[in-house]
Amino acid sequence: MKKVYTDYIGKENCCYFPELVKTDRIKNLKKFFQLVFAGLFIGAVNGFFGGGGGMLVVPALTVIIGLEEKKAHATAIAVILPLCLVSGIVYCLKGAFDFKVGGPSSLGIIIGGIAGALLLKNLSNNFLKLIFYGIMFAAGVKMIL
Amino acid sequence: MSEGWLYFAIGLTGGILGGMGMGGGTLFIPLITIFMNVEQITAQAVNLIAFVPMALVTLIIHIKNKLVDFNSVWYLLLPSLITTILTSFYAVDLKSEILKKSFGVFLILIAVAMFVSEGFGFFKNKKEKKQLKIPKDIKQ
Repeated sequence: MKKVYTDYIGKENCCYFPELVKTDRIKNLKKFFQLVFAGLFIGAVNGFFGGGGGMLVVPALTVIIGLEEKKAHATAIAVILPLCLVSGIVYCLKGAFDFKVGGPSSLGIIIGGIAGALLLKNLSNNFLKLIFYGIMFAAGVKMIL
Repeated sequence: MSEGWLYFAIGLTGGILGGMGMGGGTLFIPLITIFMNVEQITAQAVNLIAFVPMALVTLIIHIKNKLVDFNSVWYLLLPSLITTILTSFYAVDLKSEILKKSFGVFLILIAVAMFVSEGFGFFKNKKEKKQLKIPKDIKQ
């Protein structure tokens, strides 16, 4: 039924229902502005904190566009990757990167990341997540004090 | 154990969590600053640089599986590129101590937000309540 309806609207007959087309256009405009403002915010956070933007892109995509979780995660990487590259270059140009620290830990992050993605995809246990948030909270408190 | 191996181990921990989709960078940075006394700005730089090759591999896999929604990428990417450059320059010149404290606040906020969203389905996909009314005479 829905498909029939959109086909109908899509043709030149749309002028029969101008109010429907109008609300659709306003909806799209609203989504556009929501996405742009979310983008401005995400970019600011990712540049300032050197990460963490991905955790904001996923809810932005699921709430504003209504993407499913899996697609939102994949799309988030496509957004975050250029951001990290650009701000990483800025950080390096300003001499923030230290190879003594960066060499071994980058190697660890890359190996761990691939291993985590391949092996532990099904380990999205709620209990584990709770522990993870607990650690994050504790680390945050420790960093403030 | 030499320091290099400790850096490697912390990177590995953060990487595995990141690969599982739990935001590895947000854990790697506090781990390495708290336990290894690395400067906050260095930790952030390392996190950014290390993410690039890892994300490149996963992104290629995701594109092959057609999971990336390119229509929405540009609307988020272009505005965020502008602000990310500005805040990067700002963060690099900031005092490490201030940066560390604000990162702590950010971590707490994220932890609470994630906890709430997990508990009450806050960020989950809202079903569109307002469906367009379909006139009865459009039926085939």
